[in-house]
Amino acid sequence: MSDKGIIGAVAVVGGGIAGVQSSLDLADMGFKVYLIEKGPSIGGIMAQLDKTFPTNDCSMCILSPKLVDASRHPNIEIMSLSEVTGVSGEPGNFKVSVHKKARYVDIEKCTSCGECERVCPIKLPNEFEGGLSMRKAAYKAYPQAIPNAFVIDKEGSPGYKGCINCMACVKACKPGAVNHDQKHEDIELDVGAVILAMGAQPFDPSVKREFGYGRYRNVVTSLEFERILSASGPYQGHIKRPGDGAGPKRIAWVQCVGSRDRTVDHEYCSAMCCMYTAKEAVIAKEHEKTIEPTIFYIDVRSYGKDFDRYIERAKVEHGIRYVRSRISEIDELKENGDLLIRYEDENGDLHEETYDMVVLSIGLCMNEGRTKALRDLGLDVNEYGFALSHQKDPVALVRPGIFMAGSFMEPQAIPEAVMQASAAAASAAALLREARGTLATPRKEYPERDVSTEDPRIGIFVCHCGINIGNQVDVPSVVEYARGLKNVVYADENMYTCSEDTQKKIASVIKENRLNRVIVAACTPRTHEPLFKKSLSEAGLNPHLLEMTNIREHCSWVHSDKGLATDKARDLISMTVAKSRMLESIPVLKVDVTQKALVIGGGAAGMVAALSLSDQGYETLLVEKKDRLGGRLNDLRFTVEGIEPADMLKDLIGRIEMNPNLKVMTGSTLMDLSGYVGNYEATIETPDGPVKEKVGAIIITVGADEHVPTTFGYGSDPRIVTQSRMEEDLSKTPPGGISDGETFVFLQCVESRQEGREYCSRTCCMGALKNAIRIKDINPHAEVYILYRDLMTYGFWERFYKKAREQGVVFLQYVPERMPSVKLGDRILVKVNDPLMGEDIPIQADHLVLSSGMVPDPGNDHLAKMLKVPLNQDGFFLEAHVKLRPVDFSTRGVFLAGSCHLPKFLGEAIYQAQAAAARAATILANSTLEAEPNIAVVDEDLCSGCKTCISLCPYTAIDSVIEVKDGFEVVHARVNEGLCQGCGTCVAACPSGAISQRGFKDDQILAMIKALSTCSPGGGE
Amino acid sequence: MTEDFEPRVVGFLCNWCSYAGADLAGTSRIQYPPNIRVIRVMCSGSVDSMYVNRAILEGADAVLIGGCHLGDCHYLNGNYKARRRMVLLKNILTTLGMEPERIWVRWISASEGQRFADTVKEIVDETKKLGPNPMRARWDV
Repeated sequence: MSDKGIIGAVAVVGGGIAGVQSSLDLADMGFKVYLIEKGPSIGGIMAQLDKTFPTNDCSMCILSPKLVDASRHPNIEIMSLSEVTGVSGEPGNFKVSVHKKARYVDIEKCTSCGECERVCPIKLPNEFEGGLSMRKAAYKAYPQAIPNAFVIDKEGSPGYKGCINCMACVKACKPGAVNHDQKHEDIELDVGAVILAMGAQPFDPSVKREFGYGRYRNVVTSLEFERILSASGPYQGHIKRPGDGAGPKRIAWVQCVGSRDRTVDHEYCSAMCCMYTAKEAVIAKEHEKTIEPTIFYIDVRSYGKDFDRYIERAKVEHGIRYVRSRISEIDELKENGDLLIRYEDENGDLHEETYDMVVLSIGLCMNEGRTKALRDLGLDVNEYGFALSHQKDPVALVRPGIFMAGSFMEPQAIPEAVMQASAAAASAAALLREARGTLATPRKEYPERDVSTEDPRIGIFVCHCGINIGNQVDVPSVVEYARGLKNVVYADENMYTCSEDTQKKIASVIKENRLNRVIVAACTPRTHEPLFKKSLSEAGLNPHLLEMTNIREHCSWVHSDKGLATDKARDLISMTVAKSRMLESIPVLKVDVTQKALVIGGGAAGMVAALSLSDQGYETLLVEKKDRLGGRLNDLRFTVEGIEPADMLKDLIGRIEMNPNLKVMTGSTLMDLSGYVGNYEATIETPDGPVKEKVGAIIITVGADEHVPTTFGYGSDPRIVTQSRMEEDLSKTPPGGISDGETFVFLQCVESRQEGREYCSRTCCMGALKNAIRIKDINPHAEVYILYRDLMTYGFWERFYKKAREQGVVFLQYVPERMPSVKLGDRILVKVNDPLMGEDIPIQADHLVLSSGMVPDPGNDHLAKMLKVPLNQDGFFLEAHVKLRPVDFSTRGVFLAGSCHLPKFLGEAIYQAQAAAARAATILANSTLEAEPNIAVVDEDLCSGCKTCISLCPYTAIDSVIEVKDGFEVVHARVNEGLCQGCGTCVAACPSGAISQRGFKDDQILAMIKALSTCSPGGGE
Repeated sequence: MTEDFEPRVVGFLCNWCSYAGADLAGTSRIQYPPNIRVIRVMCSGSVDSMYVNRAILEGADAVLIGGCHLGDCHYLNGNYKARRRMVLLKNILTTLGMEPERIWVRWISASEGQRFADTVKEIVDETKKLGPNPMRARWDV
């Protein structure tokens, strides 16, 4: 505790992806974290997913490393089977009461061997598998579960009893971990802040009796279908229908089940279902080419980055059939369990179709328990029972010191949850800034064994990755082959090499066999290398004595012939063993960090990011190219959610001016950047000339602009305007300023979501609704038409769609193949093709408002090159990972937020900006960082001083020095370890072979090449 | 040249683009011939001509050097250096009466899984036409 009574600890409630992200960020910033999870393991819904859209990444593969990180972080204490029962105290100093249920298994002693499960006689439906398989009363939710320990279920589930105290598990447990005498505990935690990330509940569709869920065996939920798709799921990834185990051919997805539905009081959109439905259909089709997926939908809400392209591919490449229709009822055919769907198509024609299987795309909702928990904490709930959030600061709750993140505030997809989680961490960190580091455990430095004089003793861990590798590569034979290679003293196979129990196994195998090299033959080192390196460190080996070889992405997933794939896996291991023999320990180099940030772009996102950082105690520089702050906030006149943009701007500028840590440079641009994470030198062109500033981290928040349309007569007639111009006009229109019958037509997706600009700008549907509602507020007798393709009112925005409809706004849908036409005259004649009638509807309009969407700043290209970060094909900045690293770049130390990432709403830009500030703070919180390990080193004896390398180095990291040796002056090259980024260009160019790159030395690469000559060609031996 | 000749291809792929592109081919399950053996390097600019020579001398039928697209190099301009180096190497191989067409330089980004798979297919097909590396035949004697 600090002097002022502020406690440097945070309680994070909920162990889904949001809770885990908040915990990791706070822990990296130097706060103690209690991660409180109700269930026996963390991971949340994301752990149940098979793949994630739009990249089709394996969900568990990207989540598991984070879970393992959380479990290993010295600052994070995971409290499973725990629930918060009360929060008292004040911001900075709360007491959190936690009821911790007995696990009946000692986590420390459990080796996760599964003997207790094997002997347990009690069977219950497996919740993790959506009830499609059974589990025992002694169980682990899933193989990679964290905490990695079994649990004994004494409570049972509805209709099923739990543990009967037969004690078979006690006898079976060799380490003596099972303890039926464990008692529930009530614990009180002292924390400075609380983050609520309890998530939301998947909708239970059995209340919608018309779909027959629970009665018809072959109707499943989308979450159950994720498990059906999953290789580690109840059917090992073979698509079967639960009723009879038959392989379905015709599968129907029904969207909006429990969402956009007045009958169940869920009038909101669940925001992620359109995309996961497309994903499930695509993946199903990839599993079985014969499957014919049909998706019944109302709107396709593809409002995220690259979502439109994904839907397009689903339709065109994968042949997924989309039918716009709301299904009223499903019937089961008694004779074979098939399902009959009757629907009305867009033309009003009735159809009857039978399907082998129906998947209900369920949304998320609040249950009474969560809503009650909110009320108990004295927090407001909205009309749907979710926590009440304000766009001005979305992650803050009305009770100061308590923040929130994830689907607990609104149904949403993973990246939004991750951003909010980091944002909540930033806000908690700002509140507790004085106590940062006071309760943190410094990261352990593990004593390292000196292996330089030892002969290589190589251990190889070959991964099955469930069936991802094992199905395509004969793992046991590969292991057998590996055992026969020179210097290999150990080789074995693992089901999931990334799981926590395997990390323990790696450590003990290293010790038992005195290994001094480790090879993991599994997936790509680009994601999993850090995890295994850490395991080596913990076992007392230098982490760079690890080498990975990729037998999944580069082998089992891309070669369908099992024999050839197995040959290739053998070769890859043989090459890796050859390199491994030559590996050396690499010492840790530390570089100092300039604990100061640079934020580029002074719009809402930039201002919020800069304020968050300076509130957390970091000196921050905010650079804006225009002569005043605010960006597009200057053009925003009003909002539907009750924010006064002008007041907000004034408030932000006021806080910026008051903040001693924050320096603003307007009329200024970044001209040049050199350096690297923790040590950037920025040259900023200011009105008073260039200024040089040293910073440790950079956040890009350069925004986006409204696209200027070139079609529909824009520019030729003052009655044709863009959304923002309409907004400006309406803001000046007094009550009565619009006459009865005055007609407004809003045309959506203008020059957007089509060739040339193939993305959805996310905000324009709401922009049109906002203006339409304002028009109706000014004069209810004005006529308003919105011509749209898909109305992207995702999440709670849906309520404004409803409001507009209630106000009498007319919504007419058009398809891009039949674009509305515009003819100018006394009035503007807009013709839109109505699919229902099959004919054009003429509208005589007085105003035509074009929703033209947003375009990236043309300066992005230059900025991206300067900062060495990528742009996507549309010109927006491309983050490191669309799901789990939404504000990071691969380049360490550079982050992004706001509309330069993709067009977004003010509230979204705000939490993303806070998230970027949190991520930057995980760097700035440290006074030193570890330098790039794979840097170049010069052998001074071999160096002839020719200086070839100096001119080639892109980072000016090499200079030449003159030394006197044995009475002679010698010139040789010297590498600046902080500047070298480890590209190896100098190594390849050195004519004397005097420079080598750590981890990629010539002899290591040449050994791999040499090993190849003994390898099989593509056709086998 | 026999019908069942299966070329062996060595691929030097840069960590940031081409290796990631090959990863994406995997996550997208895009199938391609299993003839390639990948050696991960940090940058195409670090691929020493000697590596390529040695691979050919050790009997590789083709060598791929994969880097980021020109202008996109993670290390600013390493791929330009790779390009220059490989042009030079090809010239030298020609002079020595060896086959420069066994050396392939391709820019494949992290988002181009399909391009990676297509590249491997193309190399394997073309190398089949070219026949086995004579260096390998020499060893077989």
